[in-house]
Amino acid sequence: MSTDLSALLYLVASVCFIMALRGLSHPTTSRQGNAFGVIGMVLAIGTTLAAPGVVSYGTILLGLLIGGAIGTVIALRIQMTALPQLVAAFHSLVGLAAVFVALAAFHKPEAYGIGSVGDINVSSLVEMTLGTAVGAITFTGSIVAFAKLQGLVSGRPLVFALQHPLNASLGALSIILLVLLCTTQDPMYLWVLVAVTLLLGFLLILPIGGADMPVVVSMLNSYSGWAACGIGFTLQNNLLIVTGALVGSSGAILSYIMCKAMNRSFISVILGGFGAESDAGGAGPEGEDDRVVKSGSGDDAAFLMKNADSVIIVPGYGMAVAQAQHTLREMVDLLKASGVKVRYAIHPVAGRMPGHMNVLLAEASVPYDEVLEMDEINRDFRSTDVVFVIGANDITNPAAKTDPKSPIYGMPILEVDQAHQVLFVKRGMAAGYAGVQNELFFRDNTMMLFGDAKTMCEKIVKALEHL
Amino acid sequence: MSSDQFINKATEAANAARALSDEVASLASEASRLVVDASGHTGGHSPLIMGLTVLVLAVFVGYYVVWNVTPALHSPLMAVTNAISSVIIVGALVAAGPAEMGFSEIMGFIAVVLAAVNIFGGFIVTQRMLQMFKKKK
Repeated sequence: MSTDLSALLYLVASVCFIMALRGLSHPTTSRQGNAFGVIGMVLAIGTTLAAPGVVSYGTILLGLLIGGAIGTVIALRIQMTALPQLVAAFHSLVGLAAVFVALAAFHKPEAYGIGSVGDINVSSLVEMTLGTAVGAITFTGSIVAFAKLQGLVSGRPLVFALQHPLNASLGALSIILLVLLCTTQDPMYLWVLVAVTLLLGFLLILPIGGADMPVVVSMLNSYSGWAACGIGFTLQNNLLIVTGALVGSSGAILSYIMCKAMNRSFISVILGGFGAESDAGGAGPEGEDDRVVKSGSGDDAAFLMKNADSVIIVPGYGMAVAQAQHTLREMVDLLKASGVKVRYAIHPVAGRMPGHMNVLLAEASVPYDEVLEMDEINRDFRSTDVVFVIGANDITNPAAKTDPKSPIYGMPILEVDQAHQVLFVKRGMAAGYAGVQNELFFRDNTMMLFGDAKTMCEKIVKALEHL
Repeated sequence: MSSDQFINKATEAANAARALSDEVASLASEASRLVVDASGHTGGHSPLIMGLTVLVLAVFVGYYVVWNVTPALHSPLMAVTNAISSVIIVGALVAAGPAEMGFSEIMGFIAVVLAAVNIFGGFIVTQRMLQMFKKKK
């Protein structure tokens, strides 16, 4: 295949990838978008296989089969609640693959037409090294994120003295190694650089707490794109550059949206440590937690909601952990059957990755047009009879608007406190992820429903059936 | 001058001529390679500049396309970008391509496996999610 023809096919593949992202602008076009993505990938692989240097089809087919089988099995088996850790694990693979491709290119530059061993073009070498470094950081960083999301290690941020100076010096060391590599072309420097950046990825994500994981997952998404981009420069392959840039900017935008939804600056997320000092939250004077709260039963909740005109459900990660989404939908179906207007309100950081809650509700067959984003629904709370908060906490805390001393001050919240009646499903009185007490629990119009989210929904369903 | 001497001289001259012609040939090929190098990239830009041009334009495309994605589909967006970033398999295939097995080919092979996990896993999990967003009758 001539290089012009393959470049042309790569261009078509790039356009397919752009169409894949474009399709996601609406649920109805999204599956078509995914099909475009698959077509683009088939084109890219097919074109590369037709390249003159690629002849060992047996080996390649074996690799594709092994990888494909593993990927298929994992993707079909995974629970939707475990989606964030799955995505983190997948990011680590892209990072590692980038490292391996760069190492292969360094040891056999002729295959890519970028010079010969010991005499690689300096610009290719720099691009290659950047790809390797970003890839290595993505790899270990994603592994840490995976371990935290999976609960293998504590979600608490791990902070130690001299953390930032250590990271900075490792970063500086990587740059020195890059310069040495370019001047001497000694493979030893590349290996040391891989080791240093692997360590750096590990150390960078370690201090970031569980609450910030949506940002981290998006950020690693972005990194995996930039790693592909770096390799694209090395191989002088526009398809890799375009795709890397698409993925890189997509991840960056998602991180930005997540940061904004938590009112945290990107830098402060990266520096980590949020949520470490759980008792330092200046939300209110100590001892205030002794105040009494009103608590009710499933029957009370069923009665209140059945007699309401409109109900808004505010789900949070706790609902997903309890696997309560299906029972919740049953409850909503019963309410709708008796003429109550029910909608769902989603905060951007509900769940552990962007859009996670929407997927969980969709899994429970909740129609997507009943699920509204924060900006769309916040105005409606004041005219709503009952708000049913299930497994969420910090994202409803009015202290974010009223108490400048609170660690979550300035974070946009769902204004559930404006509703006539708030029902709060919660296991106990423990503070939320940010370690801040929620003022809302003590309000007159709040009723706490203590118990497991799923059990509580079941009780309400039973009560509704008998009302 | 004896005939032996003459033959020796002639052989020397012939050898020198051959060396010279080899030199010329290699110079010519060098020159043609330079010409190809210079003309192969439009307007004499280096591949780095071409790559940068593509990168910057693609970042703009990505920016506008991604802001258009509805927030409800941010999880599928992440899964599908994850799948397409595995297009890095293109580099892996080139590395794994040659018939003889060496260090780079092994690296390439591992990268092919890793990227394949991602491609299949990423697209399938995206499809699973999007299937859930189907309008229920």
